[in-house]
Parts: sequence; C-alpha cells; structure tokens
Amino acid sequence: MAVRRDLREYLLEAEFTVRQGEIMVLIGENGSGKSSLLHLIAGLLPPGAGHIRIGEQVLYDSMNGIHVPAEYREIGLVFQNHAVFPHLTVFENVAFGLRRRKVPEPEIRERVGELLARVSLENLSGVRGDQLSGGERQRTALARALVISPTLLLLDEPVSALDAAAQERMRSYLHTYVKTSNIPCIVVTHSFRDAASLGDQMGVMERGRIIQNGDLEEIRGNGSHFLHQFFCGCRKDSCHL
Amino acid sequence: MKFSWIIPVTVVFLAAILLTGCTGNQAEPGKTELTVFAAASLTGALTDMAETYETSHPGIHVVLNFDGSQALRTQIEQGAYADVFLSANTKHLYALRDQGLMENSSIGLFAKNKLAVITPASNPGNITTLADLTRPGTRLVIGTKDVPVGDYARQILKKMGNDSTYGPSYNASVLANVISEETTVTGVVTKVQLGEADAGIVYESDITPENRDRFLVISIPDQYNVIAEYPAGIVGSSAHKDEAAGFLAYLKGEQGRAILAKYGFALP
Amino acid sequence: MGRRYFQGKNPLFLTIGAGVLITLLVIFIITPILGLFFRISFEQFLASLSDPVVWNALVLSLVTASISTLVIILVGTPVAWVNARHHYPGREIVDTLIDLPLVLPPTVAGLALLLAFGRMGLIGSFFYDYGISIAFTTLAVIIAQIFVSIPFYIRQARASFEQLDTMYEHAAKSLGSPSVPTFFTIILPLVKAGLIGGAIMSFARALGEFGATIMFAGNFQGRTQTMPLAIYTAMQGDLTAAITLSVILIIISFLIIAFVKFKLRGYGER
Repeated sequence: MAVRRDLREYLLEAEFTVRQGEIMVLIGENGSGKSSLLHLIAGLLPPGAGHIRIGEQVLYDSMNGIHVPAEYREIGLVFQNHAVFPHLTVFENVAFGLRRRKVPEPEIRERVGELLARVSLENLSGVRGDQLSGGERQRTALARALVISPTLLLLDEPVSALDAAAQERMRSYLHTYVKTSNIPCIVVTHSFRDAASLGDQMGVMERGRIIQNGDLEEIRGNGSHFLHQFFCGCRKDSCHL
Repeated sequence: MKFSWIIPVTVVFLAAILLTGCTGNQAEPGKTELTVFAAASLTGALTDMAETYETSHPGIHVVLNFDGSQALRTQIEQGAYADVFLSANTKHLYALRDQGLMENSSIGLFAKNKLAVITPASNPGNITTLADLTRPGTRLVIGTKDVPVGDYARQILKKMGNDSTYGPSYNASVLANVISEETTVTGVVTKVQLGEADAGIVYESDITPENRDRFLVISIPDQYNVIAEYPAGIVGSSAHKDEAAGFLAYLKGEQGRAILAKYGFALP
Repeated sequence: MGRRYFQGKNPLFLTIGAGVLITLLVIFIITPILGLFFRISFEQFLASLSDPVVWNALVLSLVTASISTLVIILVGTPVAWVNARHHYPGREIVDTLIDLPLVLPPTVAGLALLLAFGRMGLIGSFFYDYGISIAFTTLAVIIAQIFVSIPFYIRQARASFEQLDTMYEHAAKSLGSPSVPTFFTIILPLVKAGLIGGAIMSFARALGEFGATIMFAGNFQGRTQTMPLAIYTAMQGDLTAAITLSVILIIISFLIIAFVKFKLRGYGER
C-alpha cells in the first residue's frame, strides 16, 4: 500500500506491505504520523493520492478513482483513546458492529460472549462504558474490533492501559489471533516489549515518512537517537551498553 | 488593614445607587426637566408641542412618555415620576385624583376627540360604509376594553346596535370580526397602515397631516360617536409644579390649541 | 506570625466582599419576585385561575411554546450538526444570521415578520392569494416564537456537537455504521443532555415572547393572546389577573431552571 496526504504540519507519505498473518509494528516519536496513518488506512481520513489494498480488494486508488468508505472496509480498528461508547454497555459496545451487519440475535449473543470471555470481560457485560477503568475500556475496544472478523487489524497502543501481567496475556492472545485468523495487522506502539514480542517487521516513522522498514534486528543495528532510546531505554550519548 | 472590607462594600453601594438613580435621561446642565406622561393618541401633537415649547422656553427640557392611559395611570400609582399627566379619558385621571395623587386645582379639560373608522388607502377589505364592518372575514382591529379607544369603540358599536338602522345583531357581528385587540391606539393605527388589517377604530386625531393619505376615513355620525374628553393635571409628587403649570397654560393657550387642532382634536 | 497574618488577611477581605455582593444580588433578584407573590392572596390566585383570560392564555402559551420547541428541535438539530462538523462556503454567514434574533429587539423582529408574512408581505402576499393568511393567527404566534428562540437551541446544540470527540463517530464508522444510523445510535445519545438543555432554554424564551408576538400575531384572547400579552393587557384593567399570570410564569420558569440544573447535572456526555 502507498498513500500520500497533506497533514497540517507535513506531508504524510508511506509505502509498505504487510502480509497475511504478519504483524507490523509502527514506532516513531509523538506527532510523527503513526495514528494518522492508521486513520488513512481505515478510511477515516481521505488520502490525497495513492493506493491501499487488502489481498485482492482495492480500498483506495487515486488513479482509478476508487474510494471505499470506512464503513465498508471491514477493518478492525482500536483507537488510542479506546473510543468505547460511554452510553452503551460493554455487551452493546461489542455487539455494535454485528447489529449494523444485521447479524441474527442468537449469533450476536454467542460471538460477543465468546470474545468477552477471551478478554476476561464476561462479568462486566452489563456495565456502561463510562463506568469502566482504562484497562477495561481497552479490552472492550479490542473485543469490539475483533468481533466483526476484520480483514485487517489496526491497533493503536493496544495494551498500554493494562497492568504488566495483563499486557503479557493480551500480547500472546493478539499474536495467536493474527496467526490463526491469518490477517495482516499493524500495531502502533511506544513499548519495546510490544515490538519485540509481536513484531514480524517494523516501521520507523519520522515526520510523516516511514524512514526504516525491515525486521527488528536489522533496524536495531543502525539506530538514530530515538531508536536507541526505544530499544535501550536510555539516551544514546550517555549509554553504557 | 482592618477596614479593607470598606472598599467592596462601597463599590456595591455605589453600584446600587447608580442602578436606582440612573433611570431616564440625565438633564442637560442648567435645564429643568419636565416629565410629561401622555396618552398614546397624543403622540403626534405632543411631540410637536414639546419642540415649540422648548424653543420658546430655553430653560426647560420636556421628556415625553407615551402609553395607553391606563398603563400610565398604573405607572403613576406605582410611583413612577411624572410632572404632568395628559389622559385620553377622565376615568383614569380622576381615579388618580381620588387617590390624592394629583394637584386637584390644576385638573382641566384641554381637548376633545371623536372616533372614526379607518381603512388602508388600498382598502383591501372594500369597506366603504359602517355597515360593511359586519361582513364576515373582515379583519378589524380595535383597542382592548380597558384602553379608552377600545372602550369607546365598544360603546359606539353598542349604540349602533340599539339603533334600527343597523339592527340588534350589528354589535356582535362586528366584534366577531376583531382579529386583534391592541393595548394602545398606535397599535391599531400601525396595523391598518401596514395593510394587515382591513379596518380599525381610532381617534380622529390619529389621522394626522403626515399620514392622511395612507388611510380612507369613514366618519362615525355624532349620534353614535363618543366624545372623548382629554383632561390634564399636575401630578402631586411633581418637583417642578411652577414649570408644570406653565406647560399646562401653554397647552390650553393659543399655540397649544393650534397644534391640537392641526392634529384633528376638537377643542373645549 | 507574619506568615499567619498574610494568610489570614486576604481570605477575610474576600469573604466579606463576596458575602456582601452575593447577599445584595440575591436580595435584588428575589425582592421583585416576592413583591408579586405578596400582592395577591392564595384565594385570589385560585379564583383568578378560573378566569377564562388567565386560563386561555396559559393553555395557548404552553401549546404554542411546545409546538415551537418541537419545530426548533427538528429543524435546528441537523443545522447545528452540519455547522459543527462540516465546512462549506458561507457557513460563518449562516451562523451569524442564526444568532441575529438574539440581539434584535423583539418588536423589530415582529415588524420584520409582519412585513414578510403579513398579507402585504414578501411571502405572505403569495399565501394570501391562495386564501391563507398567517398574521394574527395562532400560527403567527408560533412563527414569532420560533424566530426569536431558535438561536438558543442551535447555539447550545452546536456547542454540544463540537465538544463531542470525533473518535466516537470514527469508531462507529470503522465498525460498519453509516452516517445516519451513527447519528441516531451514537451521537444523539451522547449529546442528549446538551440538546435537552438547549431545547428548554428555547422553550423558556418562547414562553416569555412578547414584542414580536404582539406585533405580528396581534392580541386576541384564546387565539394569539399568550401569557405575556395577557399580562400586559390585564395590567390595563384587572391587576389581579396580571399578577396571577406573572406568578404562574415565574413558577414555570423556576421549574424549568430547576429541571435543567438538577435533573441534567452530570448526565450523558460522559
């Protein structure tokens, strides 16, 4: 996929491929365009030019005038702020995408129940979104994105609000999910642990561009200050390793 | 600074004084401000008169307040400040007198008025006689029963209903055509002038030199008409009784009478 | 010692100052209201309630203000939404025009409405040719109320929509929900409190409308004489009826404010 769009501060320009069953980890400083890139792919921001494709399905092609609206893209998206609907219960949040697709009620109950169990929210299914803790919201958002069986998964800081043990469980669940359902997945993160345990490949963004793209070890080798800090946790010029 | 609370308290009291004291216009320095409460039907004549009066009496600034006579009476009863009250009927002014709110010796009639039916110049309701007012669908505007012009209109319609020329149903069929009861006579005039009403019952004095060509006038014969008597008097609480008396003298004098006549008032 | 003195001085100064201000303000607002309540006895109030003038005005006011508010919600909500979320040429002009009735003296509004919808008016003359007259009817009362009170609703609704984070719409969209269902299932419930607040302010303004109504709709008991008109008319005759109507209006207004303050506090909008 390749997209271009004028953001207010700079031009967002990216070109990369994520294969089925593969997880790409996207890192970069705040404001480097990671979240915007996810919004572009999901169709929530119109790109200026370029090409986005999942498998055989073209989502966007500026040359041929193709633009599939966001609501028909079948992309699972977890927002940085979770965007859990505060007025709906956990159950209704997760069921939302299925209800829009006119899935029969018994099937909705079954699929939502299954996913809530996966993310350990089955006891909270009747609780309203605005009563949840950060971690509970994050898990609700993830369940809500997965329940529609998306053809592409976009995760913006998917585990940041969880405690260490829950993070580990969630990462392993995500990894298994992507591999078994065999869909491409892009994860935006600031966490080295996420990158190390999830990433099949890694993209580094800076001012709207993917400046490096490849596997983890490769990128670790030739690091900028930012990358050094990302991997090592300390400033490069004062690093003792 | 034990007494620092004095400042906010002072500010508050100053604000309170300003709030209560700042009503009305500030008088120009050296001029006496004469506040005249006048019935709405006097709007044209009194505005004219105030101008000529100020020209001949440079020390006096006339402040005019026009409203329905009843509204003015209520304002005075509730303590509004006025030097002179000019009413469109004796009822309201005498009511004030009976409450001891007027200078009794100053009260006297200064003008008479009659009522007439007016229609817009284009006459959209095709009203040419008093009998036409009964035609269903006619849009008639009169005053409310409590405002003198509305009270007089009802008296006239009643008298006409009692007369065999118009018949007993006249009163009710005309009143059935009323689309709005205005609280001042100016409200009636405006709605006819804009062409929104087919006819209105107003004072003859409302047909002024300025708006004469905007209306067709149907006179009401004296046998049915009500002669409205306009009394004037000095308000008991006036602080400028001498100046007020001077203004009343002017009103009843040669120049005042000329202006009143010009605006269609009959003179006592 | 000096430190304690410093800490103690300003609060005392401010406490007394604020206390005096608040007391005076409360007295300032409550005195005229109490003045109305003390002028009539409860028996007079009840007796006056059965006066057809009072009764007709009350019913007419409540019915017309309710219809106006309903129309305002139906028309104002989409307009507020579009102006909150979409840019189009002339949007600022539209916004300014919507706010205009807020600053226009109501009598000017009434005159303008009469010149537009009266039978000699720009639009009214067209209707009049088909035998429909608008001025001096109950419809005119409703039009006048909508004209003067729609800005209250649209301003509030627009602010509520603008405050709503776009992420909820985006989330709904990415979950496969087209704009219209998203609006009804996600956006409306989230801004409900703001919209209800705006609608209540509009209703209150419509209920109190006087100047535009008496100009455009005239003053006729049972047809166009709403409570404020009845109060003004009654002041010229039966002061008890005027006070009764005023007391009713104050009670309704008070209930409205109380409802907005307590019922909607911390409700909806997260």
